[in-house]
This record gives sequence, C-alpha cells and structure tokens, in this order.
Amino acid sequence: MSETKQFMYVNRKAPYGTIYAWESLEVVLIGAAFEQDVRLAFVDDGVYQLCKGQDTTGLGIKNFSATYKALGDYDVNKIYIEKESLDARGLTLDDLMPLVYEDENDDWAEKDSIKVVSSQEMAELFEQSDVLFNF
Amino acid sequence: MKLSIQVNEGPYNHEASVTALNYTKAALEAGHEIFRVFFYHDGVNNGTRYTTPPQDDMHIANSWSELADKHGLDLVVCVAAAQRRGIVDEGEQERNGKDGNNIAPGFRISGLGQLIEAGIQSERLVVFGD
Amino acid sequence: MSILHTVNKSPFDRNSLESCVRLAAKGGAVLMIEDGVYGAMKGTSKSEVVSNAMNDLTFYVLGPDLKARGVDESKLIDGIKVVDYNGFVNLTVENDKVQSWL
Repeated sequence: MSETKQFMYVNRKAPYGTIYAWESLEVVLIGAAFEQDVRLAFVDDGVYQLCKGQDTTGLGIKNFSATYKALGDYDVNKIYIEKESLDARGLTLDDLMPLVYEDENDDWAEKDSIKVVSSQEMAELFEQSDVLFNF
Repeated sequence: MKLSIQVNEGPYNHEASVTALNYTKAALEAGHEIFRVFFYHDGVNNGTRYTTPPQDDMHIANSWSELADKHGLDLVVCVAAAQRRGIVDEGEQERNGKDGNNIAPGFRISGLGQLIEAGIQSERLVVFGD
Repeated sequence: MSILHTVNKSPFDRNSLESCVRLAAKGGAVLMIEDGVYGAMKGTSKSEVVSNAMNDLTFYVLGPDLKARGVDESKLIDGIKVVDYNGFVNLTVENDKVQSWL
C-alpha cells in the first residue's frame, strides 16, 4: 500500500451518550499506523468531545478524553473545529482541552494541533479529502 | 468501480443495515466490485447466525450470508466492537474461553485495520448508520 | 471535485440536513434516505432548508424510502429528483466521495 490518501474523520456526536465518539477515536488510533494523511473534523455536538474537565467516575464507564491529548504522539495533529458549532453552543477554545504536538521539522517545538475554521473552510477541507469517515 | 461499505447499526433497530443491503445488491447488479463490507459499532449484530426473526419478516443476517455466498463478498466484523457485543467466532471462542460461537456464515472477525485498508483500496467508501 | 451527501434524519428531529447544507460545498449532491426523506416535503417548517440551497446543491430522494412512508411524490419540493437504489449507486460513482450525515 504505497498510495497515500487524505483521510478525514468527521466527528459530529457528543461523548458518553452513545459510543460513537469513543469507537471512532479507536479507528483514528488504529488508522495512524497506516501512514495516511490524517485529519479530524469536529462539528455540531462533536465539539463536546474535546471539552475540558470530563470526569466519568460517577458513571463508572471509561473516561477516554485523555486519549485526545495523545493524538499528537500518533502524528495526528491536524484537528479542525468548526467555529459556528462552537458559537452555537456558547463555547470558545478556552473550554476545550489544548491539543499539541512536537514538530519534528522545527526542532521538536510544541505546536497547537487545533485549528478553528469557518463553515466555508470546513467545507473546503471536506472537498480536499479523498475519504470521509463518518460515525 | 471498487466500492466499500461500512455498516454502523444492527438489524431491526435501525434501517441502516437494510439500506446497506439494498445498496450492496444494486451495486453488484450494476457490475461494481464490492471490496469489503465492514461492520462496526452495533453493526456487528448483523453477523450472528442466532438471529431468528418472525417468518414474515426479512432475515437480514441470512440475506448478508446469501449475498456473500453468491458474490464472494468479504463481510468483516470488527473484533473490538464484536467482543463488546458478544459476537464470537471459533478463534475468539478459544481465545476468550467462551462456551460457544455465533458468527454467521460468510462473516469473519478481524481488526479495524480492515476498515482503514478498505478506505485506501476502494474508490468509494459509503457509510450507513444512525 | 464533488461530494455526494446522504442525510438519513428527519429535519424535525435532528440537525443533520441543516448541517449538511451549511457544510456542503457548491456543486455537491444531497440524497435524502431513510427518515431523511421527510426533509424533501414541501409546505413544512423545514422546506426552506432545501429550497434555499437549491442554487448550489442538487437534491435527490430515495424512492423506496418515500413509498415505505406513504409520501407521494406530488408532496415533494419542486426540483427534487427521485432515485432508486440503482440511482443511489450511480450518484456514488458520479461524485468523488460520499459524506454521510449520520
């Protein structure tokens, strides 16, 4: 498999209420081993996946929010969040977990993985992708 | 054209598996190649041979098996999702010390890498779900 | 470059149709399937979501899902095309990729 495709994982669902968010993150982690050009999009309720302060001890189920912070170690560092989805939910970047990666091409400088984009920019990112994964 | 299908919902609860089945049939009839059908989330429940719907209802698991038999379809059930939901083949039965298995004919259990590979190898990926 | 979008939720229940229209680039195709077919009906509080986007996007609806729900084609917003499963497959082939608004 020498061919490199641009993969876009589209996350539109909130965590915990259903398993989609967690099981799609599992796909991203497995997919990282395939050395494709990987991007993640968070739109609609998907933005809730990245909120700070998640604590599932009262539920007894796994808190998988820390896994997002490890994405940078998997070379998954192109994470796009739709501004309109944040605005509609009264959220700003400060409400979200900071996600960073170390840039090997820039002396391992720590950089932000998250980029907030407009609906139009998000639509263009979808257009540029080769494969869209929806969960 | 080489197509792959992802099914995210189980039979009977959601129309997604019926839509996926009808879509797959139409694609095969039109002469397209189905590289793989990948069952994820509750979609793994399409792959149990213990499904016993009333006689006047569509038998979705059998429909997949028959389609696989007729066209040599590769029906792959995600192992992680299957383990959570109790879909077991002989290998999984042995590995996890279960007292039986329930995988339907024509289905096989494998890893998520099979979905990624389908995304790489196919010209289109079509996802059905909730 | 064009995307085939599928929408399978009633617009009265979920925001999938509105999100699809907001995030679909010009020239794309939208196919309403399953409960999504209710979004194709004229004279509803959600009909404008489709009619306002018709200059930029082409809308289709899956006929077998319409019939199953007893929705007559005369109830559809003008300009929406009805396709069968074979037509669904053709739309997949004619566009470059598929985005499912689950």
